Amino acid sequence: MPTPPPDRLTIRTSDDVVVVRQQVRARAIQAGLGLVDQTKIVTAASELARNALDYAGGGTVTLTVIDDGIKRGIRLVFEDQGPGIPDLQLALKDGYTTGNGLGLGLSGAKRLSNEFFVESTLGVGTRVTIARWK
Amino acid sequence: MDRIPILKLGDALLVTIQVDMHDRLATALEEDLTKKIVAHNAHGVLIDISALEIVDSFIGRMLDNIAAVSRVLDAETVVVGMRPAVAITLVELGLSLAGVKTALNVERGMKLIQRRHHVPQSDTDADPAS
Repeated sequence: MPTPPPDRLTIRTSDDVVVVRQQVRARAIQAGLGLVDQTKIVTAASELARNALDYAGGGTVTLTVIDDGIKRGIRLVFEDQGPGIPDLQLALKDGYTTGNGLGLGLSGAKRLSNEFFVESTLGVGTRVTIARWK
Repeated sequence: MDRIPILKLGDALLVTIQVDMHDRLATALEEDLTKKIVAHNAHGVLIDISALEIVDSFIGRMLDNIAAVSRVLDAETVVVGMRPAVAITLVELGLSLAGVKTALNVERGMKLIQRRHHVPQSDTDADPAS
């Protein structure tokens, strides 16, 4: 089965975070994920979209349904041109925050995903890739 | 601006969250609730989240905040109707909602609030756990 083309969404406002959640849900259903897996990836997406908004003033997310004949699932790439993360290890610690949240965004998204990858360059931006498999 | 309706239910307040929350709506709800707790002399706040498909740390923080402020105003917050998939996800996310009481549905939540306010505090048998 051919993999549908990726979607790219812009995150600029709190309402965009809502749209990201809806689109991720739709794609997760398309990928055949069960209810708990859907809920996990949508929640992770919500955390990362809000991070992009709060720390970088916004960003984009690219959604891809993956079906390579062996694995089925959904992959999300969050990109922003914000200040970057000075200490990734620290940023991944539960409860650590430089904002006014709970400090669970990045670490929580990692736990909710089967695949998690974060790259960040100071002054350039941050890219977080997550995936959830069926 | 949109606001979430707050209903009076006995000596408690009932809030049913049916829309996707965003920042302003969450802030407005916290403000409206505190005013109504005082205005109605409410002893409890029931927050029905059965319509919510996810609870992220933003909503979690809002629930924690509401519970903390209500407690200061002598009202107890009970979150009711959490979906099983949401509960599983919430725990994995790392949110324990430590300051918030939960119940399976509105009826049980109401019982929790009534129990707290109608059991005489001086009675040593009042707390079955002790």
